[in-house]
Amino acid sequence: MSTSRLALALFGSVVCAATPVAAYTVYVSNEKGNSLTVIDSATLEVQATIPVGQRPRGIMMTKDGKQVLICASDDDRVQILDVASREIVGDLPSGPDPEQLNIHPSGSPVYVANEDDALMTAIDLKDRKVVAEVPVGVEPEGVGVSPDGKILIATSETSNMAHFINTETYKLIDNVLVGSRPRFAEFTADGTQLWVTSEVAGTVSVIDVKTRKIIKTIGFQIPGVQPEHIQPVGVRITKDGTRAFVALGPANRVAVINAKTLEVEKYLLVGQRVWQLAFTPDDKLLFVTNGNSNDVSVIEVPSLTVVKSIAVGDAPWGITISPQ
Amino acid sequence: MSRQLRKPLRPASMLSRLCGALAFTLFLLAVLSPALSEDEAKPGAAEPAPSGDVVTVPIGYLEQEVKRPLPVSRLNVAPDDLGVAGAEIALKDNNTTGRFTKQQFTLDVERVPVGGDAVAALETLVASGHHFVLVDAPAKTLLSLADAVKGKDVLLFNISAPEVSLRQEDCRANVLHVAPDRAMLADALAQYLVWKRWTRWFVVKGVLPEDLDYLAAVERAAKRFGGKIVEEREYKGTLEARRTDSGQQQIQQQMPALTQGAPDYDVLIVADENEVFGPYLPYRSWDPRPVAGTAGLKAMSWHPAHEQWGATQMQNRFQRFAKRFMLPLDYQAWVAVRAIGEGVTRTGSAELGPVNAYIRSDKFDLAAFKGQKVTFRAWDGQLRQPIIVAGPDLPVSMSPQEGFLHEHAEVDTLGIDEPESKCKLK
Repeated sequence: MSTSRLALALFGSVVCAATPVAAYTVYVSNEKGNSLTVIDSATLEVQATIPVGQRPRGIMMTKDGKQVLICASDDDRVQILDVASREIVGDLPSGPDPEQLNIHPSGSPVYVANEDDALMTAIDLKDRKVVAEVPVGVEPEGVGVSPDGKILIATSETSNMAHFINTETYKLIDNVLVGSRPRFAEFTADGTQLWVTSEVAGTVSVIDVKTRKIIKTIGFQIPGVQPEHIQPVGVRITKDGTRAFVALGPANRVAVINAKTLEVEKYLLVGQRVWQLAFTPDDKLLFVTNGNSNDVSVIEVPSLTVVKSIAVGDAPWGITISPQ
Repeated sequence: MSRQLRKPLRPASMLSRLCGALAFTLFLLAVLSPALSEDEAKPGAAEPAPSGDVVTVPIGYLEQEVKRPLPVSRLNVAPDDLGVAGAEIALKDNNTTGRFTKQQFTLDVERVPVGGDAVAALETLVASGHHFVLVDAPAKTLLSLADAVKGKDVLLFNISAPEVSLRQEDCRANVLHVAPDRAMLADALAQYLVWKRWTRWFVVKGVLPEDLDYLAAVERAAKRFGGKIVEEREYKGTLEARRTDSGQQQIQQQMPALTQGAPDYDVLIVADENEVFGPYLPYRSWDPRPVAGTAGLKAMSWHPAHEQWGATQMQNRFQRFAKRFMLPLDYQAWVAVRAIGEGVTRTGSAELGPVNAYIRSDKFDLAAFKGQKVTFRAWDGQLRQPIIVAGPDLPVSMSPQEGFLHEHAEVDTLGIDEPESKCKLK
């Protein structure tokens, strides 16, 4: 049984490293279910389902691990969930139809893409006030922040650009044209590269942050899968910079990319319409949301195997994991 | 160049018009939604205004007005700015992108009244530097326009004419077709019906030439996908007054009589593009059967309740802008203007040569809320796109359907595929 294999693997790591099994809390937003599912990363069991606002999509844990910010798209707000009480304790003035967000490494501000308004909004987390709005391309979606906190990225789905924004002045530094319908932007841990997925083009653009030139456009080919079903959405890169994982949407697979050579190594079969993904802080497990099969697949990173699928709410979309 | 914003009330075309009762509610929602306008942007906002060498790309929009009967349902009266509103919002999209790429797009609308000279209007647009012109006109007019500017630096986008012949023997090298043709529409519907295993079709057809064209597309689709037409019956009436005080009672007698005594069938298919009788058939047929074709369940490029693949944002933006629902012709105009925008942005050129080559190439991949890129077929210039199959209030499905396989792209199971193409682009 795959679960016992995982338990064994985890047990092995306990023995070898002589540290307690890391138990993180995983939060999954259920777009249709209007809820968050809470999963324990050690037992891989669902702990709770928390009702939240309408159409929750992008979610992110605050840096202190005390709150989860939730884009409640159809309520036109970002909700604040207190993780201790598991209750909504307030909201942020995000503007209409927030979809994805990100947080400055210092813990604030929070950056939200407003698809309807072609704006990127920066909100102070403590005051819950808008501190800046930056006009960007049509239908901004993906939000990236560089590890040093100096650069903010917005990807615009209809303008097909990654917009580089200075986080101090809120001025645009540059705009890089990428493949059609860019969905998600992720920096490497060393801040030298930006990876942008393009859902309709079916590619990932790897951009050199310093020169803002595309180093490589990575394409995908899967035997037996029609090219139009390969729709990259979420991307995550291990902290040691060795591997990247890309969720390929209705191709029902996660691509494993060697982040040094930028070559695809492997495709892992997961649930239907795989959308977003998140590592545990130790980079040992990767959780991915499968929107059409209403489950989360758990990938063991070192062995590149899918070890479990966990039933969650209706149409799981976003995912975030506690820092401890 | 005059840019008319209003035009006289234009009656409906055969495209589906599902606007109506909810429009006012949506208008209120749009007005009340807490959107910040650009003027109210917070301090700190950086407006990246293009400066210096901005490239300007003028886009033309030529509409040949046509006398058409009133639609049977007052919910389907065509809005004044049908099509134009779609082009205008795409222009805004292009210009939002253009702020970053130093490209500016303009739209000039020429409306030719019934009996007016469309060719002269096009020549005026061409003389003032328009390389890209959207055309909303009947097939015959489109052909004379294409022939009038043959050899000039002009690319026409057919946004409304559904005639298969325009993609076959009458195809032209200087025309791209954004509007789906009748073959694509009939194939999309047929695939869904066959997937549903509703394969026995009883056809009731009108007597107008468009009805026969539509019927030919249905017959072709039946052959390709395994539908069986059990009988074709003609409705002899032509256009008459739509509103009479006792009309309803009469229709309630006529429609069951018209459909009585058919062989066993699964779906009643209507071929009546001008709405002479088709809209009266649902709920009135002799046998209790679903109605599809030009009434009931229809195939279309866009539906105002389509919300998949990010379409919600498009619908919201459009409704805020136009204060009404987005209809198929609006979508087709949007796609045409966005295709021009993509061509200009990606090539960095405003010239016809490179933009035309790019749009027709396999590098072109427009995101158009259909869950996959839309592209143009090399053999006839037809936009390759999934087609929505919808009832009045909601989309029911999107074709191509699972299981209809193609050696290159499943979406090429809709419409005229390369091996059957009679088009020689010239």
